[in-house]
Amino acid sequence: MEVKLRNPNVIMKLSRLGSFHQSKLSFLRSFLKEFKDWEYKRGLFELDEFGHGTAVYSFKKNTRVYSLICFANELNEKERSDRVIATKWDAAFTLYDGVPSKQDLDRLRNEVPRQEVGRLSYKELTLSRANKSVRAFNHVVESLSQGKQPDIELLSKIGYLYRTTAVYGSGKFGLADRFRIKHRKEIYGPFRLEMMLVYLVRQFTFDQVNHIAKHKNSRKAVSLDLEICRNLGIGNSTGLGMAPFIVNHPTLLNNWIFARETALKNIREIKNVKIEDSDLFKLCLKKSIKNITSWTTDSNYQQKKIRSLLNDLKKFIEFMETNFDFSKEFSFNEVYLWVEKNLEEECIEYIVSMMMEPYDDIINPLINKMSSEEEKFFNIPTERTVLDLKKILEEKYLEILKIDFSKKENNQNFWFISKNKEEPRMADRFKENGSDLEQPLAIARDIKKLYEVLLVTKSSSTIDKFLAINNHLRHVVRRAFIVEKFPYSEIQDNTISQSIIPIDMLRLKLSFFGALKFDPRSDKWLRICMFQGAPLPNELKNYDAHWVYNSIN
Amino acid sequence: MKSLSEIDTTSKRASRAAGYSWGISEEVGKNIRMLEMFGLPGIKNLNDFFKKKKKYQFENLNLISLNNKTVKSHFCPIISGTSFLDQIKSLENLNEIKFEKIGYPLLFLPFVSRASEVVGKRLFLKLDDREFLLNFNNNIYSNFIKNNIIEVANFVSIQFLNNVDSFLEKEWNELYQLSEDTFVEETDSLKQSGAGAGLTDND
Repeated sequence: MEVKLRNPNVIMKLSRLGSFHQSKLSFLRSFLKEFKDWEYKRGLFELDEFGHGTAVYSFKKNTRVYSLICFANELNEKERSDRVIATKWDAAFTLYDGVPSKQDLDRLRNEVPRQEVGRLSYKELTLSRANKSVRAFNHVVESLSQGKQPDIELLSKIGYLYRTTAVYGSGKFGLADRFRIKHRKEIYGPFRLEMMLVYLVRQFTFDQVNHIAKHKNSRKAVSLDLEICRNLGIGNSTGLGMAPFIVNHPTLLNNWIFARETALKNIREIKNVKIEDSDLFKLCLKKSIKNITSWTTDSNYQQKKIRSLLNDLKKFIEFMETNFDFSKEFSFNEVYLWVEKNLEEECIEYIVSMMMEPYDDIINPLINKMSSEEEKFFNIPTERTVLDLKKILEEKYLEILKIDFSKKENNQNFWFISKNKEEPRMADRFKENGSDLEQPLAIARDIKKLYEVLLVTKSSSTIDKFLAINNHLRHVVRRAFIVEKFPYSEIQDNTISQSIIPIDMLRLKLSFFGALKFDPRSDKWLRICMFQGAPLPNELKNYDAHWVYNSIN
Repeated sequence: MKSLSEIDTTSKRASRAAGYSWGISEEVGKNIRMLEMFGLPGIKNLNDFFKKKKKYQFENLNLISLNNKTVKSHFCPIISGTSFLDQIKSLENLNEIKFEKIGYPLLFLPFVSRASEVVGKRLFLKLDDREFLLNFNNNIYSNFIKNNIIEVANFVSIQFLNNVDSFLEKEWNELYQLSEDTFVEETDSLKQSGAGAGLTDND
């Protein structure tokens, strides 16, 4: 039986993309898998009694070494902010390519804590900063210094000791360009070095908290219980900066979604599902419910989604237990068809993620196809005709072409880059100044404009002639030819409408990172948790691949 | 040192601010990145071009022909270059294309380099006495090694080089003969056992 890939016009809607969950394809899980055989080491650890100073952690295999350099600094309470406008943080980090010398450390000590206004070099691969969750951090220090383990209930509400507020890579602020390292097999997967940085930062937070507690009360202090460590992740605050990324990298977006869709298709095409595989699916599903019941947020929007997810999961588990027989042929296909018919988007995508759990043989080859050589598809095929382009738009942008952009609500917002932080922002075009400097992120509107011009252009005319008089539409002409080849490269929604929920775009990207517990703080930024439940670096050699469902929180 | 990613992004944004469409600005970002990667002064020339753009009133060249002459001023390197790249498939059968007065011609060069990759032919670009052999957008061979600004090239020509060997057949044969000295003369026994399929490969 051949199952068709799901329709991009359905899957690429923002409400669907904003319902995606972590899965076996997620970058933090594939990072752990890739680096499990590497030698982990904590090198330099020079912190004062308050935990301020420098530390270095590394992963090594043969002659290749990646080193995380941590600079922990004193921070005035009033200066602590997760917002991108902050200029100081509790700690700043960079991932160094190799083993840093003393001169490197001295140079980076001056640059890394300054983040966006510092300068990095081609030897540094990623850059980040993080703030303490003061409530959790102080409680843990206090408890450990008194010889007690901290209150698990409090920690489970927060989930981490530190949260990063940005992680940069790929040439930002002088960091190494991707072309310098892209042929390294171990990082042939998106954001792998960013994941490494976050993972090692997590270990630093445990070492720092133990260090401070010991200095506070050297006679009584105990170390943080390893089981508690495993159940703490790293938090992350993410704002709109992430949203344009998925619009600006269409082939990469396609490759992520295509991997997910191909995995689902292949699983639905399995004729006879082995008992151990269906058992693993059911086990992961049941264990994962803890991740939902411990998912706390003040956001009404997210609370509603969590309630819907829990209700639907109950419905699904009841269906599994009472009406379902995995010994029937193509049983995962039947599961999917039932889910699609009976459940909401949030739960549909949850089950899709869960269906991947038993299938390393399907998932592993797909992980290596999730990067993209974007440059290859940059040139516009100008020998093609206006008729070709018109057909592409009619086929690939069917819903978009129905939008009436003369209506105010469909043209409400605009995306811009803020002058003070050089970060993407969104604003109401009818209330705020600046729409004349709009970024090219209103793809739906510009595609519609392109279509209207094509309708009054001679069909046999070639694209080079068309562009000679319509170069203002060049950016969407390029996109249309990319979408022709890459079906999941375009968001099938209006990114400037009144009703847009930008955090759906963030959620899509973060789900591929492997984030859990999305906690929207507004419609434009959210907090998440990464690596909660993950093995510690010295446990990687024999870790449980389904760790994500082992959290006790 | 600035990363190529920073060079790309900043050049793209600056081009947009200088009045080009987003699509054209994307091309400029990629081009300046390429020039800098090949060690040519992209940022320097782009910056100076934008500073003088208003004053010079560069002329747009939208349709490329055999001989391209300006009416008043200099051709805009960005619009001329975009047109050349876009129209390359219909131009590739010409042997040589000439232009008079292209402003800031180093900004025109990356379009020609990319066109070389599109048509799969080497292109030989002359900017007055400066010569550039553009090899399928993989590398550039040139007699221009100065890191300076070129405000104008009065005579520009692009030759389409046929895909022919750069050596004589005799030279090839001599080298090939030498390479044969690494081969082993086959005995009857080796003929039977040396290749995997043996003598029954047609069964």
